[in-house]
Amino acid sequence: MISHVRTIWLTFLHLFTKKVTIEYPEEKVKLHPRWRGRIVLTKDPDGGERCVGCYLCAAACPVDCIALQATEDENGRRYPEFFRINFSRCIFCGFCEEACPTYAIQLIPDFEMGEYNRQNLVFEKEDLLINSEGKYPGYNFYKVAGINAGVKGKGEGEQEEAPVDIHSLLP
Amino acid sequence: MTVMQHIWIVLGVLFVLLNIAAGLIWVERRMLALWQDRLGPNRAGPFGILIVLADTLKLFFKEDWIPPFADKWIFITAPAIVVGTVLLSFVIIPFAPNIVVADLNIGLLFFLAMSSLAVYSIVLGGWASNNKYALLGGMRGASQMIAYEVFMGLSLMGVVMLTGSFKLSDIVAAQKDMWFCIKQPVGLVVFFIAGIAETHRLPFDIPESESELVAGYHSEYSGMKFGMFFIGEYLGITLISAMTTTIFFGGWLGPFLPPWLWFFIKTFAFIMFFILLRASLPRPRYDQLMEYGWKLLLPLVLLNLLITGAIALWIRG
Repeated sequence: MISHVRTIWLTFLHLFTKKVTIEYPEEKVKLHPRWRGRIVLTKDPDGGERCVGCYLCAAACPVDCIALQATEDENGRRYPEFFRINFSRCIFCGFCEEACPTYAIQLIPDFEMGEYNRQNLVFEKEDLLINSEGKYPGYNFYKVAGINAGVKGKGEGEQEEAPVDIHSLLP
Repeated sequence: MTVMQHIWIVLGVLFVLLNIAAGLIWVERRMLALWQDRLGPNRAGPFGILIVLADTLKLFFKEDWIPPFADKWIFITAPAIVVGTVLLSFVIIPFAPNIVVADLNIGLLFFLAMSSLAVYSIVLGGWASNNKYALLGGMRGASQMIAYEVFMGLSLMGVVMLTGSFKLSDIVAAQKDMWFCIKQPVGLVVFFIAGIAETHRLPFDIPESESELVAGYHSEYSGMKFGMFFIGEYLGITLISAMTTTIFFGGWLGPFLPPWLWFFIKTFAFIMFFILLRASLPRPRYDQLMEYGWKLLLPLVLLNLLITGAIALWIRG
Protein backbone atom coordinates (compact mmCIF):
# COMPACT_ATOMS: atom_id res chain seq x y z
CA MET A 1 0.00 0.00 0.00
CA ILE A 2 2.77 2.42 0.97
CA SER A 3 4.68 1.46 -2.16
CA HIS A 4 1.63 2.22 -4.29
CA VAL A 5 1.31 5.68 -2.82
CA ARG A 6 5.04 6.21 -3.26
CA THR A 7 4.79 5.12 -6.90
CA ILE A 8 1.96 7.55 -7.52
CA TRP A 9 3.90 10.38 -5.89
CA LEU A 10 7.10 9.66 -7.81
CA THR A 11 5.16 9.51 -11.06
CA PHE A 12 3.58 12.84 -10.20
CA LEU A 13 7.02 14.37 -9.70
CA HIS A 14 7.87 13.44 -13.27
CA LEU A 15 5.64 16.35 -14.27
CA PHE A 16 8.57 18.61 -13.47
CA THR A 17 11.42 16.67 -15.02
CA LYS A 18 12.99 17.52 -18.34
CA LYS A 19 11.20 15.90 -21.25
CA VAL A 20 13.10 13.59 -23.56
CA THR A 21 11.06 14.43 -26.65
CA ILE A 22 13.00 15.95 -29.55
CA GLU A 23 10.57 18.05 -31.54
CA TYR A 24 11.93 16.89 -34.84
CA PRO A 25 11.43 19.32 -37.67
CA GLU A 26 12.46 22.27 -35.49
CA GLU A 27 14.96 20.40 -33.39
CA LYS A 28 17.30 17.94 -35.06
CA VAL A 29 18.53 14.67 -33.66
CA LYS A 30 22.26 14.60 -33.03
CA LEU A 31 23.75 12.20 -35.54
CA HIS A 32 27.21 10.81 -34.87
CA PRO A 33 29.91 10.75 -37.57
CA ARG A 34 29.64 7.02 -38.09
CA TRP A 35 25.85 6.99 -38.17
CA ARG A 36 24.70 4.81 -41.08
CA GLY A 37 22.45 6.87 -43.31
CA ARG A 38 22.35 7.83 -46.98
CA ILE A 39 24.95 6.10 -49.18
CA VAL A 40 27.37 8.20 -51.22
CA LEU A 41 30.23 7.59 -53.61
CA THR A 42 33.31 9.62 -52.67
CA LYS A 43 36.15 11.00 -54.75
CA ASP A 44 39.89 10.84 -54.19
CA PRO A 45 41.92 14.00 -53.37
CA ASP A 46 42.64 14.57 -57.04
CA GLY A 47 38.95 14.62 -57.91
CA GLY A 48 38.80 11.21 -59.55
CA GLU A 49 36.22 8.60 -58.72
CA ARG A 50 37.34 6.18 -56.08
CA CYS A 51 35.04 3.37 -57.21
CA VAL A 52 36.84 0.77 -59.26
CA GLY A 53 33.75 -1.25 -60.11
CA CYS A 54 34.80 -4.41 -58.30
CA TYR A 55 31.17 -5.45 -57.53
CA LEU A 56 32.07 -6.36 -53.94
CA CYS A 57 29.42 -3.99 -52.57
CA ALA A 58 26.77 -5.47 -54.82
CA ALA A 59 27.84 -8.94 -53.73
CA ALA A 60 27.83 -8.02 -50.05
CA CYS A 61 24.44 -6.31 -50.18
CA PRO A 62 21.95 -8.59 -48.38
CA VAL A 63 18.95 -7.05 -50.13
CA ASP A 64 20.55 -6.71 -53.57
CA CYS A 65 19.84 -3.04 -53.88
CA ILE A 66 23.12 -2.11 -55.59
CA ALA A 67 23.60 -2.49 -59.33
CA LEU A 68 26.61 -1.37 -61.32
CA GLN A 69 28.56 -2.00 -64.49
CA ALA A 70 32.34 -1.58 -64.55
CA THR A 71 34.23 -0.15 -67.46
CA GLU A 72 37.73 1.22 -68.18
CA ASP A 73 38.97 4.52 -69.47
CA GLU A 74 41.81 4.92 -72.00
CA ASN A 75 44.45 4.69 -69.23
CA GLY A 76 43.11 1.36 -67.98
CA ARG A 77 41.52 2.94 -64.89
CA ARG A 78 38.37 1.10 -63.89
CA TYR A 79 35.25 3.02 -63.01
CA PRO A 80 31.54 2.23 -62.95
CA GLU A 81 29.65 2.92 -66.14
CA PHE A 82 26.49 3.18 -64.12
CA PHE A 83 25.98 2.82 -60.40
CA ARG A 84 22.48 2.46 -59.06
CA ILE A 85 21.21 2.10 -55.50
CA ASN A 86 17.56 1.43 -54.84
CA PHE A 87 17.01 3.14 -51.49
CA SER A 88 13.51 1.76 -51.19
CA ARG A 89 15.21 -1.60 -50.65
CA CYS A 90 18.34 -0.49 -48.82
CA ILE A 91 18.41 -1.48 -45.15
CA PHE A 92 21.39 0.73 -44.28
CA CYS A 93 23.35 -2.20 -42.88
CA GLY A 94 26.68 -0.78 -44.01
CA PHE A 95 27.97 -4.06 -45.45
CA CYS A 96 28.77 -2.32 -48.74
CA GLU A 97 30.97 0.17 -46.91
CA GLU A 98 32.77 -2.69 -45.14
CA ALA A 99 33.23 -4.59 -48.39
CA CYS A 100 34.59 -1.65 -50.37
CA PRO A 101 38.36 -2.01 -50.89
CA THR A 102 38.84 1.59 -52.03
CA TYR A 103 36.73 3.52 -49.45
CA ALA A 104 34.55 4.67 -52.33
CA ILE A 105 31.11 3.77 -50.99
CA GLN A 106 30.31 5.34 -47.63
CA LEU A 107 27.29 5.79 -45.40
CA ILE A 108 26.83 9.32 -44.11
CA PRO A 109 24.75 10.72 -41.21
CA ASP A 110 21.69 11.82 -43.18
CA PHE A 111 18.28 10.20 -43.13
CA GLU A 112 16.06 12.91 -44.58
CA MET A 113 15.41 11.32 -47.93
CA GLY A 114 11.64 10.81 -47.90
CA GLU A 115 9.92 10.81 -51.30
CA TYR A 116 6.30 10.69 -52.45
CA ASN A 117 7.17 8.62 -55.49
CA ARG A 118 8.92 5.31 -54.98
CA GLN A 119 10.81 5.62 -58.24
CA ASN A 120 12.52 8.73 -56.89
CA LEU A 121 14.31 6.55 -54.36
CA VAL A 122 16.36 4.90 -57.09
CA PHE A 123 19.58 6.90 -57.04
CA GLU A 124 21.83 6.94 -60.09
CA LYS A 125 25.56 7.62 -60.12
CA GLU A 126 25.17 11.38 -60.51
CA ASP A 127 22.95 11.39 -57.42
CA LEU A 128 25.37 9.28 -55.41
CA LEU A 129 28.67 10.88 -56.37
CA ILE A 130 29.72 13.67 -54.01
CA ASN A 131 32.61 16.08 -54.39
CA SER A 132 34.28 15.00 -51.16
CA GLU A 133 36.67 12.46 -49.74
CA GLY A 134 34.20 11.44 -47.03
CA LYS A 135 35.60 9.79 -43.93
CA TYR A 136 39.03 9.01 -45.39
CA PRO A 137 40.69 12.23 -46.51
CA GLY A 138 43.90 11.97 -48.49
CA TYR A 139 43.37 8.40 -49.63
CA ASN A 140 43.85 7.64 -53.28
CA PHE A 141 43.63 3.98 -54.23
CA TYR A 142 45.58 4.32 -57.46
CA LYS A 143 48.50 5.90 -55.56
CA VAL A 144 48.98 2.74 -53.49
CA ALA A 145 47.85 0.18 -56.03
CA GLY A 146 50.50 -1.68 -58.00
CA ILE A 147 49.11 -0.89 -61.40
CA ASN A 148 49.51 1.99 -63.80
CA ALA A 149 46.18 3.59 -64.47
CA GLY A 150 47.35 7.04 -65.43
CA VAL A 151 47.86 8.19 -61.82
CA LYS A 152 51.38 6.98 -61.26
CA GLY A 153 53.71 4.63 -63.06
CA LYS A 154 54.44 1.09 -61.90
CA GLY A 155 56.77 1.07 -58.88
CA GLU A 156 56.44 4.80 -58.23
CA GLY A 157 54.15 4.45 -55.21
CA GLU A 158 55.09 5.56 -51.72
CA GLN A 159 55.63 2.10 -50.20
CA GLU A 160 56.41 0.36 -53.43
CA GLU A 161 59.64 -0.96 -54.83
CA ALA A 162 60.50 -0.70 -58.49
CA PRO A 163 59.33 -3.69 -60.52
CA VAL A 164 61.72 -6.60 -60.62
CA ASP A 165 63.26 -7.38 -63.97
CA ILE A 166 62.06 -10.96 -64.29
CA HIS A 167 64.83 -11.81 -66.73
CA SER A 168 67.42 -11.19 -63.99
CA LEU A 169 65.73 -13.80 -61.80
CA LEU A 170 66.72 -16.62 -64.12
CA PRO A 171 69.17 -19.10 -62.64
CA MET B 1 -37.88 26.69 -11.49
CA THR B 2 -39.74 27.18 -14.73
CA VAL B 3 -39.84 24.57 -17.48
CA MET B 4 -37.69 26.72 -19.71
CA GLN B 5 -34.99 27.05 -17.07
CA HIS B 6 -35.09 23.32 -16.58
CA ILE B 7 -34.57 22.63 -20.25
CA TRP B 8 -31.67 25.06 -20.31
CA ILE B 9 -30.04 23.28 -17.40
CA VAL B 10 -30.46 19.88 -19.07
CA LEU B 11 -28.99 21.13 -22.34
CA GLY B 12 -26.20 22.98 -20.55
CA VAL B 13 -25.21 19.93 -18.50
CA LEU B 14 -25.28 17.73 -21.59
CA PHE B 15 -23.20 20.22 -23.57
CA VAL B 16 -20.59 20.66 -20.85
CA LEU B 17 -20.35 16.94 -20.14
CA LEU B 18 -19.90 15.87 -23.74
CA ASN B 19 -17.30 18.55 -24.22
CA ILE B 20 -15.44 17.47 -21.11
CA ALA B 21 -15.55 13.85 -22.26
CA ALA B 22 -14.12 14.85 -25.64
CA GLY B 23 -11.61 17.23 -24.12
CA LEU B 24 -10.36 14.47 -21.85
CA ILE B 25 -8.96 12.73 -24.93
CA TRP B 26 -6.48 15.57 -25.15
CA VAL B 27 -6.03 16.07 -21.41
CA GLU B 28 -5.32 12.42 -20.81
CA ARG B 29 -2.84 12.07 -23.65
CA ARG B 30 -1.06 15.27 -22.71
CA MET B 31 -0.86 14.46 -18.98
CA LEU B 32 0.14 10.84 -19.53
CA ALA B 33 2.90 12.04 -21.79
CA LEU B 34 4.13 14.58 -19.26
CA TRP B 35 4.22 11.94 -16.54
CA GLN B 36 6.17 9.67 -18.83
CA ASP B 37 8.71 12.42 -19.63
CA ARG B 38 7.28 12.97 -23.08
CA LEU B 39 5.47 15.98 -24.52
CA GLY B 40 2.37 14.37 -26.00
CA PRO B 41 0.26 15.72 -28.86
CA ASN B 42 1.22 19.39 -29.26
CA ARG B 43 0.98 20.03 -33.01
CA ALA B 44 -2.68 20.53 -33.94
CA GLY B 45 -3.88 23.90 -32.72
CA PRO B 46 -2.73 25.65 -29.52
CA PHE B 47 -1.07 23.10 -27.22
CA GLY B 48 -2.39 20.40 -29.52
CA ILE B 49 -5.98 20.75 -28.36
CA LEU B 50 -7.30 20.16 -31.86
CA ILE B 51 -6.19 16.54 -31.51
CA VAL B 52 -9.72 16.09 -30.16
CA LEU B 53 -11.11 17.16 -33.53
CA ALA B 54 -8.62 15.03 -35.42
CA ASP B 55 -9.38 11.98 -33.29
CA THR B 56 -13.13 12.40 -33.64
CA LEU B 57 -12.90 12.88 -37.40
CA LYS B 58 -10.72 9.80 -37.61
CA LEU B 59 -13.26 7.77 -35.68
CA PHE B 60 -16.06 8.98 -37.94
CA PHE B 61 -14.20 8.06 -41.11
CA LYS B 62 -13.14 4.62 -39.91
CA GLU B 63 -14.91 1.64 -41.35
CA ASP B 64 -17.85 0.92 -39.08
CA TRP B 65 -17.69 -2.83 -39.31
CA ILE B 66 -20.10 -5.29 -37.78
CA PRO B 67 -18.62 -8.78 -37.83
CA PRO B 68 -20.81 -11.30 -39.70
CA PHE B 69 -20.67 -13.67 -36.71
CA ALA B 70 -21.85 -11.02 -34.27
CA ASP B 71 -25.32 -10.71 -32.80
CA LYS B 72 -26.11 -7.62 -34.80
CA TRP B 73 -28.70 -5.71 -32.77
CA ILE B 74 -27.13 -6.32 -29.38
CA PHE B 75 -23.77 -5.47 -30.91
CA ILE B 76 -25.14 -2.09 -32.00
CA THR B 77 -26.99 -1.35 -28.75
CA ALA B 78 -24.15 -2.19 -26.35
CA PRO B 79 -22.01 0.95 -26.82
CA ALA B 80 -25.04 3.21 -26.46
CA ILE B 81 -25.93 1.71 -23.06
CA VAL B 82 -22.74 2.81 -21.32
CA VAL B 83 -23.06 6.40 -22.54
CA GLY B 84 -26.78 6.47 -21.77
CA THR B 85 -26.53 5.14 -18.23
CA VAL B 86 -23.56 7.31 -17.29
CA LEU B 87 -25.27 10.40 -18.66
CA LEU B 88 -28.40 9.45 -16.68
CA SER B 89 -26.30 9.27 -13.52
CA PHE B 90 -25.37 12.91 -13.97
CA VAL B 91 -29.03 13.81 -13.56
CA ILE B 92 -28.73 13.76 -9.76
CA ILE B 93 -25.44 15.62 -9.35
CA PRO B 94 -25.78 19.14 -7.91
CA PHE B 95 -23.22 21.24 -9.75
CA ALA B 96 -24.15 24.38 -7.80
CA PRO B 97 -27.00 25.27 -5.41
CA ASN B 98 -29.64 25.50 -8.15
CA ILE B 99 -27.94 23.79 -11.06
CA VAL B 100 -29.18 20.23 -10.88
CA VAL B 101 -31.33 18.39 -13.37
CA ALA B 102 -33.35 16.40 -10.80
CA ASP B 103 -32.52 16.52 -7.11
CA LEU B 104 -34.08 13.14 -6.32
CA ASN B 105 -34.55 12.22 -2.69
CA ILE B 106 -33.07 8.80 -3.54
CA GLY B 107 -30.26 10.40 -5.54
CA LEU B 108 -27.49 8.21 -4.21
CA LEU B 109 -29.42 5.01 -4.90
CA PHE B 110 -30.21 6.23 -8.40
CA PHE B 111 -26.51 6.81 -9.00
CA LEU B 112 -25.61 3.32 -7.75
CA ALA B 113 -28.32 1.75 -9.89
CA MET B 114 -27.28 3.58 -13.03
CA SER B 115 -23.58 2.90 -12.60
CA SER B 116 -24.35 -0.80 -12.19
CA LEU B 117 -26.48 -0.78 -15.32
CA ALA B 118 -23.43 0.39 -17.25
CA VAL B 119 -22.00 -3.10 -16.91
CA TYR B 120 -24.66 -4.33 -19.34
CA SER B 121 -22.83 -2.55 -22.08
CA ILE B 122 -19.66 -4.53 -21.29
CA VAL B 123 -21.42 -7.85 -20.89
CA LEU B 124 -23.65 -7.42 -23.95
CA GLY B 125 -20.78 -6.06 -26.03
CA GLY B 126 -18.59 -8.98 -25.03
CA TRP B 127 -21.37 -11.49 -25.63
CA ALA B 128 -22.60 -10.10 -28.95
CA SER B 129 -19.10 -9.94 -30.41
CA ASN B 130 -19.05 -13.75 -30.42
CA ASN B 131 -15.32 -13.71 -29.86
CA LYS B 132 -13.52 -15.57 -27.10
CA TYR B 133 -11.48 -12.56 -25.97
CA ALA B 134 -14.50 -10.29 -25.97
CA LEU B 135 -16.47 -12.90 -24.03
CA LEU B 136 -13.72 -13.26 -21.44
CA GLY B 137 -13.57 -9.49 -21.14
CA GLY B 138 -17.31 -9.28 -20.68
CA MET B 139 -17.21 -12.02 -18.03
CA ARG B 140 -14.45 -10.30 -16.14
CA GLY B 141 -16.34 -7.02 -16.39
CA ALA B 142 -19.45 -8.61 -14.89
CA SER B 143 -17.69 -10.26 -11.98
CA GLN B 144 -15.59 -7.18 -11.27
CA MET B 145 -18.69 -5.02 -11.30
CA ILE B 146 -20.59 -7.35 -8.95
CA ALA B 147 -17.66 -7.50 -6.54
CA TYR B 148 -17.00 -3.78 -6.45
CA GLU B 149 -20.60 -2.63 -6.66
CA VAL B 150 -21.26 -4.25 -3.27
CA PHE B 151 -18.92 -2.13 -1.25
CA MET B 152 -19.24 0.91 -3.47
CA GLY B 153 -22.74 1.16 -2.09
CA LEU B 154 -21.69 0.19 1.42
CA SER B 155 -18.87 2.76 1.47
CA LEU B 156 -21.41 5.50 0.90
CA MET B 157 -23.72 4.33 3.67
CA GLY B 158 -21.50 5.91 6.32
CA VAL B 159 -22.12 9.28 4.72
CA VAL B 160 -25.83 8.55 4.47
CA MET B 161 -25.90 7.67 8.19
CA LEU B 162 -24.23 10.93 9.13
CA THR B 163 -26.45 12.96 6.85
CA GLY B 164 -29.68 11.04 7.29
CA SER B 165 -30.55 11.52 3.62
CA PHE B 166 -29.95 10.03 0.18
CA LYS B 167 -30.46 13.43 -1.39
CA LEU B 168 -27.21 14.80 -2.75
CA SER B 169 -27.97 18.45 -2.06
CA ASP B 170 -28.56 17.48 1.59
CA ILE B 171 -25.25 15.63 1.66
CA VAL B 172 -23.46 18.69 0.32
CA ALA B 173 -25.26 20.96 2.79
CA ALA B 174 -24.24 18.64 5.66
CA GLN B 175 -20.58 19.30 4.83
CA LYS B 176 -20.77 23.01 5.55
CA ASP B 177 -18.61 22.71 8.68
CA MET B 178 -16.47 19.72 7.84
CA TRP B 179 -16.08 17.72 4.65
CA PHE B 180 -16.89 14.03 4.83
CA CYS B 181 -13.39 13.17 3.64
CA ILE B 182 -12.26 13.86 7.22
CA LYS B 183 -15.18 12.11 8.93
CA GLN B 184 -15.19 9.16 6.52
CA PRO B 185 -11.62 8.59 5.29
CA VAL B 186 -12.13 4.83 4.89
CA GLY B 187 -15.36 5.44 3.01
CA LEU B 188 -13.56 7.84 0.69
CA VAL B 189 -10.68 5.49 -0.11
CA VAL B 190 -12.95 2.50 -0.66
CA PHE B 191 -15.40 4.51 -2.73
CA PHE B 192 -12.63 5.81 -4.94
CA ILE B 193 -11.10 2.37 -5.44
CA ALA B 194 -14.52 0.96 -6.24
CA GLY B 195 -15.07 3.90 -8.57
CA ILE B 196 -11.92 3.08 -10.50
CA ALA B 197 -13.07 -0.52 -10.79
CA GLU B 198 -16.56 0.65 -11.74
CA THR B 199 -15.28 2.73 -14.64
CA HIS B 200 -12.86 -0.11 -15.41
CA ARG B 201 -10.03 2.35 -15.65
CA LEU B 202 -6.41 1.44 -15.12
CA PRO B 203 -5.13 -0.13 -12.93
CA PHE B 204 -8.44 -2.05 -12.83
CA ASP B 205 -8.98 -2.30 -16.57
CA ILE B 206 -9.24 -6.08 -16.30
CA PRO B 207 -12.16 -6.36 -18.77
CA GLU B 208 -10.12 -4.83 -21.59
CA SER B 209 -6.57 -5.66 -20.47
CA GLU B 210 -4.93 -5.30 -23.84
CA SER B 211 -1.88 -7.40 -23.04
CA GLU B 212 -3.96 -10.51 -22.35
CA LEU B 213 -7.31 -10.04 -24.08
CA VAL B 214 -6.49 -8.03 -27.23
CA ALA B 215 -8.90 -5.26 -26.24
CA GLY B 216 -11.30 -7.29 -24.12
CA TYR B 217 -14.97 -6.65 -24.58
CA HIS B 218 -14.51 -4.12 -27.40
CA SER B 219 -12.09 -6.18 -29.49
CA GLU B 220 -14.55 -6.34 -32.37
CA TYR B 221 -15.67 -2.73 -32.27
CA SER B 222 -14.47 -0.08 -34.66
CA GLY B 223 -15.34 3.42 -35.74
CA MET B 224 -17.82 5.44 -33.74
CA LYS B 225 -19.10 2.39 -31.81
CA PHE B 226 -15.67 2.05 -30.30
CA GLY B 227 -15.76 5.81 -29.86
CA MET B 228 -18.91 5.45 -27.76
CA PHE B 229 -17.16 3.04 -25.39
CA PHE B 230 -14.36 5.56 -25.23
CA ILE B 231 -16.68 8.48 -24.48
CA GLY B 232 -18.48 6.30 -21.95
CA GLU B 233 -15.23 5.64 -20.17
CA TYR B 234 -14.36 9.33 -19.99
CA LEU B 235 -17.87 10.19 -18.85
CA GLY B 236 -17.46 7.48 -16.20
CA ILE B 237 -14.27 9.11 -14.95
CA THR B 238 -16.03 12.45 -14.81
CA LEU B 239 -18.97 10.87 -13.01
CA ILE B 240 -16.88 9.19 -10.31
CA SER B 241 -14.83 12.37 -9.87
CA ALA B 242 -17.98 14.45 -9.59
CA MET B 243 -19.50 11.99 -7.09
CA THR B 244 -16.34 11.94 -4.99
CA THR B 245 -16.41 15.72 -4.97
CA THR B 246 -20.08 15.87 -4.05
CA ILE B 247 -20.06 13.21 -1.36
CA PHE B 248 -16.67 13.62 0.28
CA PHE B 249 -15.23 17.00 -0.70
CA GLY B 250 -18.08 19.38 -0.10
CA GLY B 251 -19.41 19.65 -3.64
CA TRP B 252 -19.84 23.29 -4.55
CA LEU B 253 -18.83 24.54 -1.09
CA GLY B 254 -15.78 26.79 -0.94
CA PRO B 255 -14.78 30.37 -0.24
CA PHE B 256 -14.47 33.33 -2.64
CA LEU B 257 -15.00 31.59 -5.96
CA PRO B 258 -18.49 30.94 -7.37
CA PRO B 259 -19.93 27.53 -6.40
CA TRP B 260 -19.91 25.99 -9.91
CA LEU B 261 -16.21 26.88 -10.28
CA TRP B 262 -15.40 25.18 -6.97
CA PHE B 263 -17.24 22.10 -8.15
CA PHE B 264 -15.38 22.17 -11.44
CA ILE B 265 -11.96 22.60 -9.82
CA LYS B 266 -12.48 19.75 -7.37
CA THR B 267 -13.85 17.42 -10.04
CA PHE B 268 -10.96 18.22 -12.33
CA ALA B 269 -8.46 17.44 -9.60
CA PHE B 270 -9.94 13.94 -9.29
CA ILE B 271 -9.94 13.45 -13.05
CA MET B 272 -6.24 14.29 -12.95
CA PHE B 273 -5.77 11.74 -10.21
CA PHE B 274 -7.48 9.12 -12.38
CA ILE B 275 -4.99 9.85 -15.15
CA LEU B 276 -2.10 9.83 -12.69
CA LEU B 277 -3.17 6.38 -11.52
CA ARG B 278 -3.08 5.19 -15.09
CA ALA B 279 0.42 6.58 -15.47
CA SER B 280 1.78 5.01 -12.30
CA LEU B 281 0.18 1.73 -11.29
CA PRO B 282 0.46 -1.66 -12.98
CA ARG B 283 -2.60 -3.80 -13.56
CA PRO B 284 -3.22 -6.46 -10.87
CA ARG B 285 -3.94 -10.02 -11.84
CA TYR B 286 -7.60 -10.96 -12.15
CA ASP B 287 -7.63 -13.16 -9.05
CA GLN B 288 -5.70 -10.52 -7.10
CA LEU B 289 -8.37 -7.98 -7.98
CA MET B 290 -11.13 -10.29 -6.73
CA GLU B 291 -9.22 -11.20 -3.57
CA TYR B 292 -8.54 -7.54 -2.89
CA GLY B 293 -12.18 -6.72 -3.30
CA TRP B 294 -13.84 -9.51 -1.32
CA LYS B 295 -11.23 -10.20 1.34
CA LEU B 296 -9.87 -6.75 2.12
CA LEU B 297 -12.18 -3.97 1.02
CA LEU B 298 -15.50 -5.59 1.92
CA PRO B 299 -14.57 -6.36 5.57
CA LEU B 300 -12.98 -2.93 5.82
CA VAL B 301 -16.07 -1.14 4.64
CA LEU B 302 -18.33 -3.25 6.85
CA LEU B 303 -16.17 -2.35 9.84
CA ASN B 304 -16.34 1.30 8.82
CA LEU B 305 -20.11 1.03 8.61
CA LEU B 306 -20.32 -0.56 12.06
CA ILE B 307 -18.09 2.02 13.74
CA THR B 308 -19.78 4.95 11.99
CA GLY B 309 -23.18 3.61 13.06
CA ALA B 310 -22.04 3.18 16.65
CA ILE B 311 -20.60 6.68 16.83
CA ALA B 312 -23.66 8.20 15.18
CA LEU B 313 -25.90 6.48 17.71
CA TRP B 314 -23.65 7.47 20.62
CA ILE B 315 -23.65 11.14 19.59
CA ARG B 316 -27.43 11.21 19.32
CA GLY B 317 -27.57 9.70 22.78
